[in-house]
Amino acid sequence: MTPARTTPILELMDLHAAYGGIEVLRGVDLVVPRGSVVALLGPNGAGKTTLLRAVSGHLRPTSGHVHLAGTHVNGASAEKLARAGLCTIPEGRATFPGLTVLENLRLVTYASVAGRDEVLERAFARFPRLAERRGQLAGTLSGGEQRMLAMARALGADPALLLLDEPSMGLAPLVVDELYEVIAQLSASGVAVLVVEQFAGRALGVAEYAAVMRGGRVVAMGEPADVQDELPGLYLGRGLERGTG
Amino acid sequence: MSALLGYTVLGLVMGAGYAVAASGLVLTYTTSRVFNVAHGAIGMVMAFCYWELSAGGLVPGGLPAWAAVLLVVGVIAPAFGLAVERIMMRRLTESPAGVSLVVTVGLLVALIGLAQTLWPPTARPVEPFFGAGGVRLGGVLVTYHDLLTIGVSLAVAAGLYLLLGRTRTGIAMRAVAVDRDLLALHGGRPRLLSSLSWAVGAALAALAGILLTPIVQLDYYELTLLVVAAYAAAVLGRLRSLPLTFAGAVVLGLLQSYAAGLRAAIPTLFLFAVLVFLPQVRLRSGGIRGIAAVPVPGPRRVAAAGLALVAAVGLASLLLPTVQVSRLALGLVYATVMLSLVLLTGYGGHVSLAQFTFVGVGAVTVAKLGGSPGWPSPLALLAGAAVAAAVGALVALPVLRLTGLYLALATLAFGQLMDKVVFQTAFGLGESLPVPRPREFAGEGAYAVFVAAVFVVMAAGLLALRRGRIGRMLVAMRDSPAACATLGLNQRGLRIGLFAASAGMAGLAGGLFGGLRGTIGAADFQVFKSLPLLLLAVVGGVTSVTGALLGGLVLMLLPILQSEVPALGGLVFLLVGIGAVSLGRDPGGAASHLFRAGRWARSLVVRPPAGPVEDSTDAPDSRVETEGMSLRATP
Repeated sequence: MTPARTTPILELMDLHAAYGGIEVLRGVDLVVPRGSVVALLGPNGAGKTTLLRAVSGHLRPTSGHVHLAGTHVNGASAEKLARAGLCTIPEGRATFPGLTVLENLRLVTYASVAGRDEVLERAFARFPRLAERRGQLAGTLSGGEQRMLAMARALGADPALLLLDEPSMGLAPLVVDELYEVIAQLSASGVAVLVVEQFAGRALGVAEYAAVMRGGRVVAMGEPADVQDELPGLYLGRGLERGTG
Repeated sequence: MSALLGYTVLGLVMGAGYAVAASGLVLTYTTSRVFNVAHGAIGMVMAFCYWELSAGGLVPGGLPAWAAVLLVVGVIAPAFGLAVERIMMRRLTESPAGVSLVVTVGLLVALIGLAQTLWPPTARPVEPFFGAGGVRLGGVLVTYHDLLTIGVSLAVAAGLYLLLGRTRTGIAMRAVAVDRDLLALHGGRPRLLSSLSWAVGAALAALAGILLTPIVQLDYYELTLLVVAAYAAAVLGRLRSLPLTFAGAVVLGLLQSYAAGLRAAIPTLFLFAVLVFLPQVRLRSGGIRGIAAVPVPGPRRVAAAGLALVAAVGLASLLLPTVQVSRLALGLVYATVMLSLVLLTGYGGHVSLAQFTFVGVGAVTVAKLGGSPGWPSPLALLAGAAVAAAVGALVALPVLRLTGLYLALATLAFGQLMDKVVFQTAFGLGESLPVPRPREFAGEGAYAVFVAAVFVVMAAGLLALRRGRIGRMLVAMRDSPAACATLGLNQRGLRIGLFAASAGMAGLAGGLFGGLRGTIGAADFQVFKSLPLLLLAVVGGVTSVTGALLGGLVLMLLPILQSEVPALGGLVFLLVGIGAVSLGRDPGGAASHLFRAGRWARSLVVRPPAGPVEDSTDAPDSRVETEGMSLRATP
């Protein structure tokens, strides 16, 4: 199956997902076009992370559809999706603290078409700091270095779609700049990126589109400039009808 | 000189065998975070399988040794490991670690039962490989079997080192224990890796069992307990480092060989020493935690239920034949022992693998005092409780720093030590001691009522404790020791008190147990008796008095069912297994189902069904075909 170039890389239709009896996603509609960067914004508890879990295969949606490159993938396992070219970097450190930098990168090859040496080369070319610390346990790296190691997975795995959860959380501004450079670089090489951020500024700088979630739904989507103007109202709850059901 | 050399060779061979067993233990622990208490039992069953294939009647004439080894280590053991992982362990990765510990205890109990059913006790000589031949080394005969054992352990060491350190699969096996979800996001297959580690772990257990059998002979308990030595070695390596584990195994083997007189006690002494003296890393595993609270009944309901129980037992003692009445009393005694586990494990969150040892201490005390004048029996019972409590406090002192799994292992070592050293001395060789009953309750029926009354009083006391300040402190300490420390709670004193009280309760039950039996022997308090006790306490529901009563009655019924209806023998083990597995779903045990049923009956309102929440990593195979799918523009 060769989907047309115009098929979006990710399309969510009326997606619902729940933890136990608590419904968190209440009908999400979202499109990520091929090769584009989409920023997903929204206040605490809007369902952003849950959305990523539902797409990455860790949480089975209760209803609705997840289409990746035109294929219906509800309920596919996370490892199959990862091998098919979906790279998800969850929030936090997202590395294995008990493994060395080299060993962490070795695991990248599961999802990659590139070989071991190629993965290392790309990671170390972008983050020379990791090369210096290749033998060190990931748990002993600084927070920023661990985040770089996690991002190195996106570089090595040749994904078609990269899901990033709060890449800037808790990091020094310089490191955040570096990470967003990588996002821009990946985007330039044709990787589509869906980046979740609670604080909008940095993400809107690289995004071509922005979507805002609140209460388990996408309540606004558009060009970053348009969304930015509406953001305070969307975050604070003004200027918007709260849907029912 | 040559004697020393001889002992050294024997020690090295033992150490090599331990090393093979310990490395399997470390491998499964690193990969699945489940500490497999049944590791030795798997080795034991596999050694029996080997005997069955090579010398037993299964294959006419017997398979040649190499073929039998290949079949057991290469096929049967891995298949068994796969089955265990699939049926029991898979759902345990997310459950509290104490529960997984208890489930492997269940596996151990079931395996011993299985072995005793399939291979009834009889002499089964096992020849060393290559017969008695060997090479002379400085006046000492080193058999080819010895050389083979050492060679195999070196090969296992090298193989595991390469697997875990050099291959992607090995690296992923280490990663999967830390974060399954993250590994799946990398594209690794967490389920496949856990299966693999259990298969390899079981194969290593089988290998160790087969290699050590000519030294210790085929014995259900000896082979199962060999694993205490493996634990000791593995704990020296902090359940992580393979080189340290190997070093520990060899040192242990040598110690055991040099100190031949103390041979049986060496592994446990070593384990105890390692646990107490090594600086501890924080282990995530061990305590029973995160258990949903079960209701604590108020005083009025406790009194009503207690009176009802005593009345019911009284009625039963009038109506039922004597045999049944003493069985009922035995069930109540077990239930009383389990009350001590409700305090220690249910409220306190500590797993004890040697609760029956305290029962033994109480029983021995009552037996020793009972004969002497001036000690009326009820007073002797209390003295038994006091001695057991003192021993409990003494045990608690050195292990204060330990938590969770290490604490559980320390109690196991303690129980084993008491079993091998103290009880053997207390009873003399093969002797038994008479234990008197209180004169007023000498009859079977009266004694059953007495036991029921003691159970009710202790249960009421326990519930009162739980409702009060100390109960709140205990639960707080179980749920968050750190928060308790910031509140300024004296955790040390509380923990010693907890152990002492729990041991005292078990000791009191010991006096009752002795009185019920009339005579007691060292065999009554083997450490293995503690394992079904813990298992059924947890299956019954270790957070509630009702659960203790249920568990006690079932523990009494199990052997009876097995002996009276032999056809059900297999079924009983199956039930134990199912009970253990269901723990993974509901750590509150059977009692919590009862409570739920009671609430449901009372309110007559159907609970809303829990919404479907599935983690597709562990969900059944997806319906969606993603094989060959690629999102990439250029494949």
